[in-house]
Amino acid sequence: MPESQPPESAGTALADEMETTGLVADAFTVEIAGVTAGVQPTRKRRLGFGAWLALVWLVGLIVAAIAAPILPIAGPNETFTSIQRAQAPFATISTPGGGTTTPFAEGHLLGGDRNGHDLLSRAVYGARNSLIVGFGAIAFGILVGGLLGLIGGYYRGRVDSVIVAFLDIMLAIPALVLALSLTAVLRGRVPDLWILVIALAIISVPVLGRITRANTLVWSEREFVTAARAQGAKNWRIMTREVLPNVLPAMFSIALLGVAVVISAEAALRLLGIGLSITDPSWGGIINDGRDFLTQGITAHVVFVGSAFIFFTILALNYLADVVRARFDVREAAI
Amino acid sequence: MLDALGTILGILLILFVILGVLGVLALAVGTRAGRKKLLQLIVVLLVVTFFSFSLLHLTPGDPARTQKPFATEAQLRPIRKEIGLDKPFLVQYKDWLFDFVRGDFGKDYSTNLPVKDSIGKQLGVSLQLIFYAQFLALLFAIPLGILAAYKAGTWFDKIANSVAFGAIAIPPFVIAFVFIFYLAVQGGWFPTQQYVAFGTDPAEHIKHMFLPALSLAIAQIAIYMRLLRSDMIQTLQEDFITMAKAKGLTNRRILWRHALRPSSFTLLTAAALNFGALIGGAVVIEFIFQLPGMGLGLVTAVGTRQYSAVQAYVALIAVAFVLFNAFVDGVYSVLDPRIRHARVAAA
Repeated sequence: MPESQPPESAGTALADEMETTGLVADAFTVEIAGVTAGVQPTRKRRLGFGAWLALVWLVGLIVAAIAAPILPIAGPNETFTSIQRAQAPFATISTPGGGTTTPFAEGHLLGGDRNGHDLLSRAVYGARNSLIVGFGAIAFGILVGGLLGLIGGYYRGRVDSVIVAFLDIMLAIPALVLALSLTAVLRGRVPDLWILVIALAIISVPVLGRITRANTLVWSEREFVTAARAQGAKNWRIMTREVLPNVLPAMFSIALLGVAVVISAEAALRLLGIGLSITDPSWGGIINDGRDFLTQGITAHVVFVGSAFIFFTILALNYLADVVRARFDVREAAI
Repeated sequence: MLDALGTILGILLILFVILGVLGVLALAVGTRAGRKKLLQLIVVLLVVTFFSFSLLHLTPGDPARTQKPFATEAQLRPIRKEIGLDKPFLVQYKDWLFDFVRGDFGKDYSTNLPVKDSIGKQLGVSLQLIFYAQFLALLFAIPLGILAAYKAGTWFDKIANSVAFGAIAIPPFVIAFVFIFYLAVQGGWFPTQQYVAFGTDPAEHIKHMFLPALSLAIAQIAIYMRLLRSDMIQTLQEDFITMAKAKGLTNRRILWRHALRPSSFTLLTAAALNFGALIGGAVVIEFIFQLPGMGLGLVTAVGTRQYSAVQAYVALIAVAFVLFNAFVDGVYSVLDPRIRHARVAAA
């Protein structure tokens, strides 16, 4: 039996959620619980090696995505005959599994895809769309969900019941099914990118709303809130100046996890044939473009390049969310 | 070609949920908190079905024209009547809801077949996939979680925990592609696609379902393992464990008999809730492996713009999801008095 293990803090995010909001939860909540299970609160001032690595990856991606047009890379829709020739799928298609096809052609770091596009360029330009969708959807989720959660948790009573009911109803349809049906019916009305952002924002509202509400409930009980009220501070001022700053770390931590979930959902929708069109590169799009090669046994390279970008980004986001949670002692604050 | 296992499983699960919901109903009507909960459930169901219904009307253009793009105006007229487009919006919803409850899920206008015909079989396939995935997830997660907690702080724990953390970050479709490439295409041990009913050939059935189920299960294994480990580490600090150790019980017995049960609350909750939530994840996996389940049905309906069918799929999935969650909620308040009392106090 382990003897000297320090006791871990009680319950997980899931247990917190259940106590404050009842049992309705979705894959998102369960996943959050899984990621955050067993986080040890630390008071370390310095970021660990892993956190630095995650930060460097994310910041590097964001910079590359913004600076894509001025970087010395090919255009995302440029086709190269050298890549097409190197891939020559028709020569090897009769020998599945043992193809001699190389995904690489000279001068293309990550190789190319079926259409002769340069994969590095697809990935960097894809980062633009994937990150816009990820961060855009969550920004909207924070605004709407955060506001609802703050109001519900602060005022309680009838307002709170209505807000909780509203959030529960939004959770009543599995997230991916909701996003899929919304994207399906909205297509053709607004640009594809906006449809995705809107659909994925809608699925992130209830999750962020509930976490904000749960934390607001706790923090608005504290003495300094009573003190502020006694000094005659208006409700709005108390909410934004006293409660919100304390709730922010929890929201931020969940938001990072949310970005990860949304990036993966974008890729899933793309695979299902809904979402961005082929000329708009995204990581999900790279995977989708490489699917034929993979199932024909020619090469898994294209799918893996797209997957690797998604994987490392989600890993980095999850890791940072964990660090935020541990640093700000989010769970203990919620007790 | 009746798929015996799928049908039986489906019927059992539906019966189980109906029984559970009825039981909860009976209990609920007795208390004030219960009645409130019940009212909420009805409101949620109404709103959710209303949303599913309005999907058809959110689509740009004439819904009948969208679903049958090459029909003449004369051919469209009966379809409009069938969908009820000539009536006021709310009357349409009422008619649609009544049909829906009676099991009339509308029509797929690309094939002119009722949606009901295909949904029965699809439900069986989806339930099988989700059931197998959960089974695999718990099968691996419980021993791993126990071992990681028992060896907390050692290299095994650290590696298992880190691997699990990484596994959560891999979307199921990526895992599916890795499996397809290495195990199905290159290895040739598994088929890449298609579905074989259990009744047709049990061995082939397992072979066809294994990769899809495992792809869905990997992330769940990681999540469940971490949840169990974290709760188990706490349990192992308790006095009754020290007591059991002092009595000289074997580690195996202490871990499996004494520590597992009190540690499994969070795990079981997550697993129960996940049953409903896996429906979403199953959509992509069914699509990749071309398993004819509800998810593939929904995606096909979206792809062919059969929005009457989309209405039915979304409504059915949502209602099942809501009822299942209500069922879990009800069972928990029966099993765990803490929740029941918390509810009463809160209400």
